[in-house]
Amino acid sequence: MRLDQTDRGLAAAAPVGAFDSLDYVTVMIGDQTLGLPIGRVHDVFITNRITLVPRAPSEIVGLLNLRGRVVTAICLRRRLGRPATARQDREGKTELVAVGIDHEGEAYALIVDAVGEVMRLDQSTFETTPVHLDRNWAALTTGVHRLDDRLLVILDVDAILRLDLQAAA
Amino acid sequence: MDDLLQEFLTETGENLDTVDRELVRFEQEPNNADILRNIFRLVHTVKGTCGFIGLPRLEALTHAAESLIGQFRDGASVSAIAVTAILETIDRVKDILSELAEKSEEPAGNDENLIRELGILADHAKAELQQKPQRDVDGTDGADPVAAYLARHGGPVPTTSAEDALDLVFRSAPGPQRGRDGRIEHTAASEPGDEPVSREQRQVGPATLRVNVDTIEHLMTMVSELVLTRNQLLEISRKQGDHGLKAPLQRLSLITAELQDGVMKTRMQPIGNAWSKLPRIIRDLGAELGKRIDLVTEGADTELDRQILDMIKDPLMHMVRNCADHAIEAPAERLAAGKPEHGMIRVAAYHEGGSVTIAVTDDGRGLDIERIRRKAIQQGLATEAEIGRMSDAQASRFIFHPGFSTADSITAISGRGVGMDVVKANVDAIGGLIDIVSKRGLGTTITIKIPLTLAIVAALIVVAGEQRFAIPQIVVRELVRVKAGAEHRIEEINGAPILRLRGRLLPIIALAGLMGADDSPHEDGFIVVTQIGERQFGILVDGVFHTEEIVVKPMSSKLRHIPIFSGNTILGDGAVVLIVDPNGVAGLVGAATSGEAFLSEAAAVAATAAEKTTVLVFKSGPDGVRAVPLSLVTRLEEIDAGEFQTGSGRILLHYRNRLVPVVPVGETQIRADGLQPLVIISEGELTVALAVDAIVDIVDEVLDIEMAPGQDRGIIGSAMIRGRATDIIDLAYYLPMQERGWRHAGYERADASAPAQILLVEPSDFLRDMLTPVLKASGHRIAVASSFEPARHRMADGAITTVLIDIDGDIESAFAFAADLRDGPNGGRLRLIGMTTLVTPDLHMRASQARLDEVVAKFDRRALLSELAERRPGLKEAA
Repeated sequence: MRLDQTDRGLAAAAPVGAFDSLDYVTVMIGDQTLGLPIGRVHDVFITNRITLVPRAPSEIVGLLNLRGRVVTAICLRRRLGRPATARQDREGKTELVAVGIDHEGEAYALIVDAVGEVMRLDQSTFETTPVHLDRNWAALTTGVHRLDDRLLVILDVDAILRLDLQAAA
Repeated sequence: MDDLLQEFLTETGENLDTVDRELVRFEQEPNNADILRNIFRLVHTVKGTCGFIGLPRLEALTHAAESLIGQFRDGASVSAIAVTAILETIDRVKDILSELAEKSEEPAGNDENLIRELGILADHAKAELQQKPQRDVDGTDGADPVAAYLARHGGPVPTTSAEDALDLVFRSAPGPQRGRDGRIEHTAASEPGDEPVSREQRQVGPATLRVNVDTIEHLMTMVSELVLTRNQLLEISRKQGDHGLKAPLQRLSLITAELQDGVMKTRMQPIGNAWSKLPRIIRDLGAELGKRIDLVTEGADTELDRQILDMIKDPLMHMVRNCADHAIEAPAERLAAGKPEHGMIRVAAYHEGGSVTIAVTDDGRGLDIERIRRKAIQQGLATEAEIGRMSDAQASRFIFHPGFSTADSITAISGRGVGMDVVKANVDAIGGLIDIVSKRGLGTTITIKIPLTLAIVAALIVVAGEQRFAIPQIVVRELVRVKAGAEHRIEEINGAPILRLRGRLLPIIALAGLMGADDSPHEDGFIVVTQIGERQFGILVDGVFHTEEIVVKPMSSKLRHIPIFSGNTILGDGAVVLIVDPNGVAGLVGAATSGEAFLSEAAAVAATAAEKTTVLVFKSGPDGVRAVPLSLVTRLEEIDAGEFQTGSGRILLHYRNRLVPVVPVGETQIRADGLQPLVIISEGELTVALAVDAIVDIVDEVLDIEMAPGQDRGIIGSAMIRGRATDIIDLAYYLPMQERGWRHAGYERADASAPAQILLVEPSDFLRDMLTPVLKASGHRIAVASSFEPARHRMADGAITTVLIDIDGDIESAFAFAADLRDGPNGGRLRLIGMTTLVTPDLHMRASQARLDEVVAKFDRRALLSELAERRPGLKEAA
């Protein structure tokens, strides 16, 4: 766990760090591949039971039961300012792919389109978020890894879970 | 170091609380050696740990206190001033501890004065001890050999000259900063302990273990999960029908249930923890206010969830303070009132059907209901008419209103108008109920009923839209099935759904509507009638499943701002379900229910007593069952509709040589042909025929009338009659509605032709309206007064021969009023009759002592009339 903490610190703050390699869980939102620092992810699961919460912020899909814990599900698509797909409409019967994350002592789940593999990347391919990126995205990401065939955008988990951080201006 | 310090702080805090409590006890029983030993042991422990951890300031303080206590243990006499000094020391230690908790280091400061004072007291005690063996020189082994031994060897033995003793007395005399009980009983001979101190009697602490709350919470979660898994297994085994699985599963089931029980128990704490500070508070308050107060606690080991305990602690303290400050009178006043000098506050807790009831009782002066009524009007909480209609019990509930205070002066302790409302808010927050009963001059009891735990609550599982929700059972009053075209159906006012429930309007909130799926036609479903404090409203749901014990989990911090949910839970089938917060939903209804208009049943039950009343039950309208006390009915008739005549827009009936107006009750349609049932009512010269659909029955019932809201004309309120909610009609409404001019003319005529002979003093509008027709119908001339002041004025004109006095309201004033009349002119000839809803032998006795002629029940028309008739012949003789 100590290592995880370090990981987070790196991902959140320092583009250039002491470690040469960084581990990420990749998730898909549409065509975009995104990376979550592996230290923050403690679960990947699929669920089809979700309890909708009326009057909740639009990013919150509802509540899930993850092994006896009540988990708040946040739609990563909405959080990133994209329309929710049909799979994540407010029906609750569809299958949801969720990434379990702990934040300030509470359990959250990020609902994503798909979960990819775990990647170990070298610090040398890391770059800060490009300046012309959507302000919304810029606030929620820490940087980009150059991969051979695509770009991996690294998400700032804490920023994403800080819902009061209003996205689109 | 941090862990150690933390441990030290918790343990010392607990120890000091015990010392607090024990000291106050000790002061009352100075001969109890056990208490003293316990105190000494505790203080010694604190001192030891302070020294061990390296907290010199604390160590010095506790050391000084310990030496003083040591002298007491050795047999020196205990004085109030010494106890105060020790308590002060403990306060100081607590202050230091709280700073220590913040800064992790002992704050700088000077305790010289306190330590010196303790030293002087200890010296004094020691001197006293040394004088003792000298006094009984011959009896070398005095009554307490240990004390004698210690006194002889306890230190340098100074020659105690008279001068020294005088000096000592001088030095240890109370300074100006001492309270009024700070006297020194230095002449009192010390009483040695009854039993010699034996070494084996070392007390063993209870076998407890301090566990982090998080650990227990985690255990709870795990157990809940285990329960879920078990349920799933049971489901699977049911489907497969594998007998091999059955037995082990059953055992698993049992073990799980037991485990859940056990884990729940770890959260429970005795309620005594919440009131451990009370004895000290009462002692200090008593000294400050110059009152003598005994605190009695009962049921301290009643167990409650830790969370609830925390929430109830402050309200409890506040209530007890209130008792000490307001309720308990000064000793002189108490003696004058014929009560013992010592006031008593009793705090009792006990289990009662899945909840815990805490009662705080005092034997003080009781609530001044009249003053509460006045204040309520002043503060615009209710109109005068509403107040007049309220029973004492209802009126006393105003003290729970925010900002309500009857105290004219504000003391440091209470009376700032924030008080009982805060208590009520706290109790409401944990889903509890609060009630108050007060008897003028005799005392007050406040009862709080709270759930055992917040972690597990009984909840009604309902479905709305596509989801299930849980509604805490404690707020659910009843369920009503609604269906288009059925007896109960939802009506709308400008889109706002409303249900007629027993002749009153209940605001409805559609749960599905809150979900955002609004404008769904809500015609079928269930109304969960919910009560929060005094408010009622209905929650419309599509279906109701069952009641289930649910484990409450807090709402995610991201969702906590949504007022309509208080938490969530996982049901047996693994689904997450939101728990509806009735308070939040009530907040959404907002102004619609916040007024006093919709007083709840619980709040509105009039203080009519368990006296049976004969009522006439009849039908009016399609589903309206109504009733009227039979004593008010003159006659029942069935008249052919053909005899009705229409004149100037009214229907009239030629009845016994008079034209009588026919008035439909409620929704009754006056028939065009056939026989029309009529209820004939007479009030003096005035007769009205009330048209009803059918006479149902004549029933003897205990009338527990729930007053209707002000705007509901024609109905006094409703009562349960034969298990059915029935509206009691308001005759006063039907009479003048038809005959306004007539009635007034009639009154004036009566007043002019002959002055009233009977004066009715009755504060309740309802009862006044009910009794007046009865009395008039029997040919009496009657004057009414709503309170004693106007009544006195009425008496001035001299014609009154009989006075009917309500003694339910303020019995003392009623008796005082009666005594005044007796002693006044013609007092001997006056007939004074007390009226009460319930005649008890005790009341009878008190009434006769107050020189009342008779006490009759208000609802007993025959008795009342015969009482009056008894007097009439005598009257004629006099005339």
